[in-house]
Amino acid sequence: MAGATSGVPDLTVHDTGPKLLRYNVEHRGERPSMREKDLGIWQSWTWAEVADEIRALACGLKLAGLERGDKISIIGDNRPRLYWSITAAQVLGAIPVPIYQDSVADEMQYVLDHAGSRFAVVENQEQVDKVIQVKDRCPTLEHVIYCDPRGLRDYTEDFLQNYTDCIAAGKAFDAANPDFYDQEVEKGKGSDTSIYLYTSGTTGQPKGVVLTHHNILSTSAGAVEFEGLNETDEMLAYLPMAWIGDHIFSYGQAYTSGFCVACPESADTVLTDIFELGPSYFFATPRIFENLLTTVMIRIEDAGKIKRWMFHYFMKVAETIGPKILDREPLTLGERLLYFIGNLLVYAPLKNTLGMSRVRIAYTAGEAISPDIFNFYRSLGLNLKQLYGMTESSVFITIQPNGEIKSDTVGIPAPGVDVKIDDNGEVMFRSAGIFQEYYKNPEATSEMKAEDGWCHTGDAGFIDANGHLKIIDRAKDVGRLNDGTMLAPKYIENKLKFFPNILEAVTFGDGRDYAAAFINIDLQAMGNWAERNGVSYASYQELASLSKVYDVIQEHVAQVNRDLADDPELAGSQINRFLILHKELDADDGEITRTGKVRRRTVNEKYGPLIDALYSDASHCKIDTEVTFEDGRTGSITADLEIREAKTIEAAVAQAAE
Amino acid sequence: MTGSATTDATAKQVVAAPQPERKIGGVLLRLEDISLHFGGVKALDHVSFEILEGEIRGIIGPNGAGKSSMLNVINGFYHPDEGTITFKGETRPEMRPDETARQGIARTFQNIALFRGMTTLDNIMTGRNTKMHRNFLWQALHFGPAKNEELEHRLVVEKVIDFLEIEAIRKVPAGRLPYGLQKRVELGRALAAEPDLLLLDEPMAGMNSEEKEDMCRFILDVNDEFGTTIALIEHDMSVVMDISDRVVVLDYGRKIADGTPDEVRDNQEVIDAYLGAQHD
Repeated sequence: MAGATSGVPDLTVHDTGPKLLRYNVEHRGERPSMREKDLGIWQSWTWAEVADEIRALACGLKLAGLERGDKISIIGDNRPRLYWSITAAQVLGAIPVPIYQDSVADEMQYVLDHAGSRFAVVENQEQVDKVIQVKDRCPTLEHVIYCDPRGLRDYTEDFLQNYTDCIAAGKAFDAANPDFYDQEVEKGKGSDTSIYLYTSGTTGQPKGVVLTHHNILSTSAGAVEFEGLNETDEMLAYLPMAWIGDHIFSYGQAYTSGFCVACPESADTVLTDIFELGPSYFFATPRIFENLLTTVMIRIEDAGKIKRWMFHYFMKVAETIGPKILDREPLTLGERLLYFIGNLLVYAPLKNTLGMSRVRIAYTAGEAISPDIFNFYRSLGLNLKQLYGMTESSVFITIQPNGEIKSDTVGIPAPGVDVKIDDNGEVMFRSAGIFQEYYKNPEATSEMKAEDGWCHTGDAGFIDANGHLKIIDRAKDVGRLNDGTMLAPKYIENKLKFFPNILEAVTFGDGRDYAAAFINIDLQAMGNWAERNGVSYASYQELASLSKVYDVIQEHVAQVNRDLADDPELAGSQINRFLILHKELDADDGEITRTGKVRRRTVNEKYGPLIDALYSDASHCKIDTEVTFEDGRTGSITADLEIREAKTIEAAVAQAAE
Repeated sequence: MTGSATTDATAKQVVAAPQPERKIGGVLLRLEDISLHFGGVKALDHVSFEILEGEIRGIIGPNGAGKSSMLNVINGFYHPDEGTITFKGETRPEMRPDETARQGIARTFQNIALFRGMTTLDNIMTGRNTKMHRNFLWQALHFGPAKNEELEHRLVVEKVIDFLEIEAIRKVPAGRLPYGLQKRVELGRALAAEPDLLLLDEPMAGMNSEEKEDMCRFILDVNDEFGTTIALIEHDMSVVMDISDRVVVLDYGRKIADGTPDEVRDNQEVIDAYLGAQHD
């Protein structure tokens, strides 16, 4: 970019977040660093303004008693003040511990207590209430700062402090001790612990991953150089702050490249905010890309005949031509012309509606994305790439380089990362981003970190002929049917989830005679279908039990079976029987993680009778399920679920045999 | 092109209004000896009570007790046949609803009365109508003083939207919103008028318990944050008793009790009115 200061700062000099903040003020002080939509208008803060705010906040925290080595929890939606709290805490050598904002009180208590937080900075009354509720069981917690005072005026707890009061006190302190802040910044070293991030964990209690400034900043900087990110880029920070991805993108990469991070107005307005902002750098989990696609499909089905035809016709065109363009393969004149018209009529308007007109790089990660969904976005001309990583690796293990993108691989090792496949097929890596330890959990640490500097990932995969890593499934999830056929549950589930009507699926079959599945319908999509077809229903549970809905899902399952039949290795793992669950799998019930991954063990335990019924002759099964509301109360749902046979296809196997 | 509405405003954080300690002040509204007839039906029969500044005043009673009539008298829809109304220390003559609105009385309706084709934002903006000074020609030009005026009003409206947490439906036509949200938008429109006295006619009718809880929270917050005096009609007894400072009970157009929730709950006449009196 002309005029843009490019190049990553020297991380041996600017080796901590606070020092990089100073660097950014010197090199691009007047460029925007943060935005937030407030009262309907986007407000911006420059790097210089952000630095002033962090300076005052750090001094305020010092006055409130925060010491080097203390833990300070950060709880709330993506808000500038919470991001600043992270850096301000690091200035003083304290360790920020972000907590998922939608945790129920007990989950929050676990992290607060386990990390031993003395301080907490929280967003609003909702979070303050939760903290107060569990404070008795968090003996180390002494001081809580809240950002939004609304509704908190009558709270008399003396450990509460208003953020603005903290800033004001900090400013006064700074005026009296002008050297204090800079001295504190200088005390920081790259090898200092910069953050604890608690992994939501698909099994058991969350584990606190200890990371240093060096871990976060060197992996961030590597990826910044790899992708050519710079200060003119913009991104929307809408994923949980407690998740490593957000910390790398909205903090690590923002500080190493100087780009601007915007916070949405509220969690419900993200789609509008993306549209208004037009980010150039975009990250979303596969689930979000799925939801977006579902929304698009619903609106298309509601559109007029001509529009519907146009959309489907040109999407077919895009499916064949789009990936070629992104992979820089030669096109015929006819193809160019057709794609041009398609772009004019469908792709560009659609990308605009999704707010992705300006996106240069879009990532997806977190779990495997369905190839169909991946190809849909790529064929629109969106440079969507996969990357592979985890909290323990400070995200980046592999990235797909531009022009070498396939839906079924996750790319080549990121800068400075070594990848190898263990004898048992497990992927292992070695990098600068490798985590220090699990806090207070040496056994788990030694399970993950091998002695020679390599780290386990728990994923099964292999490296293909082009050097790209291909992940099949969680190493422990890949199973075999009784006849020896390989069963990759996630692969099948992703195929099911491509249908907008299916929100989530869980497949079974390890050590059984055939594969079977639980299906979660998507209320939005299925409800829309019901409306168009004159089907009435009163609740999610009723909709999920309708035999007409079963017919629709049965057809989807049959389609997936047809796809599976094309692949000789997987043809044997077609779904024989399925049922539709009467409730959505929910993080509050522990059935999926806060980032949307299915917790198989919990599902197996909770729905045992249903699984048994799938492997019997029964056509119905009764189940009583406990549900947890957001405030922690529990209730129960009773249902009698139908079980259907799905059509399986033998043809491909027969053809293969011919 | 992606629409970009990024502006670098100078006001970084809109400063919250100074927050007074919550306290009940002097008399804001005094109703003396109000009677109202529709033909031979006595809707209100010599009712007197007062509403104090800063309080949440519940008005309850069985169906047909005259509760809605009472609100209609207060905001000028009906004119009482007898009796006087004193608002902010001035005994007022017969007034039209628009005049009482200008004096600082806003209300919501039992059956939602929104402009269904207009967006949430525009609906709430209509709450500012009494405070706009430029005539419609100026407004149509959208220039100079008229533009500045609109910006000021928009700021108030945005604060209301923020307060009620309805950012996501800012641009959605009211008719497409679910019932609970329409109720919230209606409350928003009343709040946009920055009233001294807010009249709520069954704000929680037809809501499920979660929506009710939300609405209670908002009513308490309005009272708490802005110090707005609230008069509230509601059928859900637990709600009224929970959030009201004082409750007045009407039955067949007569006032049968007046006091704190506890006093009212133990009042024999109230129990009779609700459960039916036993006569030996």
